Amino acid sequence: MILLALWQLGSALRLIPQDVLPAPSLILEAGIELIGNGQLADALHVSGVRVIQGLVLGGLIGVALGTAVGLSRWLESTVDPPMQMVRALPHLGLIPLFIVWFGIGELPKILLVALGVSFPLYLNTFSAIRQVDPKLFETAQVLGFSFWQRFTRIIVPSAAPQVLVGLRQSLAIAWLTLIVAEQINADKGIGFLINNARDFLRIDIIIFGLIVYALLGIGTDAIVRALERRALRYRA
Amino acid sequence: MTLTAHAGSRTQTAAALSHVDKWYGSNQVLTDVSFRIGRGEIVALIGRSGSGKSTVLRVLAGLSTDHTGERRVDVAPALAFQEPRLFPWRDVRTNVAYGLTRTRVSKAEAQKRAEQALADVGLTDFATAWPLTLSGGQAQRVSLARALAAEPQLLLLDEPFGALDALTRLTMRRLLLDLWREHGFGVLLVTHDVDEAVALADRVLVLEAGRVVHTLDIDTPRRSPGDPSADTERYRTDLLDALGVDI
Repeated sequence: MILLALWQLGSALRLIPQDVLPAPSLILEAGIELIGNGQLADALHVSGVRVIQGLVLGGLIGVALGTAVGLSRWLESTVDPPMQMVRALPHLGLIPLFIVWFGIGELPKILLVALGVSFPLYLNTFSAIRQVDPKLFETAQVLGFSFWQRFTRIIVPSAAPQVLVGLRQSLAIAWLTLIVAEQINADKGIGFLINNARDFLRIDIIIFGLIVYALLGIGTDAIVRALERRALRYRA
Repeated sequence: MTLTAHAGSRTQTAAALSHVDKWYGSNQVLTDVSFRIGRGEIVALIGRSGSGKSTVLRVLAGLSTDHTGERRVDVAPALAFQEPRLFPWRDVRTNVAYGLTRTRVSKAEAQKRAEQALADVGLTDFATAWPLTLSGGQAQRVSLARALAAEPQLLLLDEPFGALDALTRLTMRRLLLDLWREHGFGVLLVTHDVDEAVALADRVLVLEAGRVVHTLDIDTPRRSPGDPSADTERYRTDLLDALGVDI
């Protein structure tokens, strides 16, 4: 709050050059302008859909592979090594390749988000399943649980907290990936809004766009933290 | 005795092992173990750590299959471990209802019977509690309720009170005897506590290095804890002697 006041004051006294860093009030005005003319809503919608599609696709792949590899030693020895190799590639470095392969439409952006998202979920799901207390499996054997009952009564609730940690990491990566992907080739979305503003030297809009990204990141993280609390509500 | 009405005569076998050998790699952990548990009978298995007590129980429970010799279990068994091993993410009632998994009753029926089993162990008020909020003794009672929910005719108990404090142990012994009088199930009680074995069992087997080295029939009626008789002393001395403990 104090920082914000100092920033505003510095701007008013012309200590901060306004063509480098506009005053908070100007950024707010830019924001109101974007909300008023509907550009923000359009951009949020486009960016949101990209993140959700990428998250769902990458999340399903990551959780499914993590579960399969966690449950099967054979799959661990066949699927995990190639996964670790792909993981070593910086996924943002694949952008040129993705443009060549998939063009500059929605597909490469979504696939890039999916790729970035899948690894934290894969790794966390895999290790969560391996950490399930073996004594509970023995108890399940004594009680006569079927495979499906072991899965729903033990593996899912036991692994859920760590999978959600993976989801939080994945969300951070999803937004980061989207920001980068939208900078490079987009005609819609928040990244496009920022890029466009750069061409017109609208620094206020650029900063407002960054704040929107930050709020989206914080907001989605808060949702997952609420899910974590629910998944762990049995811990007294 | 009333228990015969529930579970048949002691001359009928509930479960038996004959000439059971078991190896872990090149290590023989059980050697020629033979004994039987009659219906409604309480048999205690005592021995030092590593004597193979728990292995015997695991063989009887069907948790260990790579043994030689004959295993015979004629009645429905249930098993309770030393630790409660509850599922922390489900409430107490659902944990107990999991004991009915094999019976394939409806969910509603399972919950109803779980509440009945909880009433048996005096935990009616804890049906909706989370397991992690329970004390050690309460959790062990829930574990017992889970084992009893399906009304087994043979209860296999692996040091069920071993992790509890001395006072809670006495309460649990009493509870076990009350439940046994009510339901008449047979019991195999694995323990390292000579007093517990003498207080509860009809027969005590002493296991040493994977062999049954001593069998003791307890003829006096079960006494409440803290009410020793001359017989009780004699049994204690006999068992401690078999265990090689100097007193």
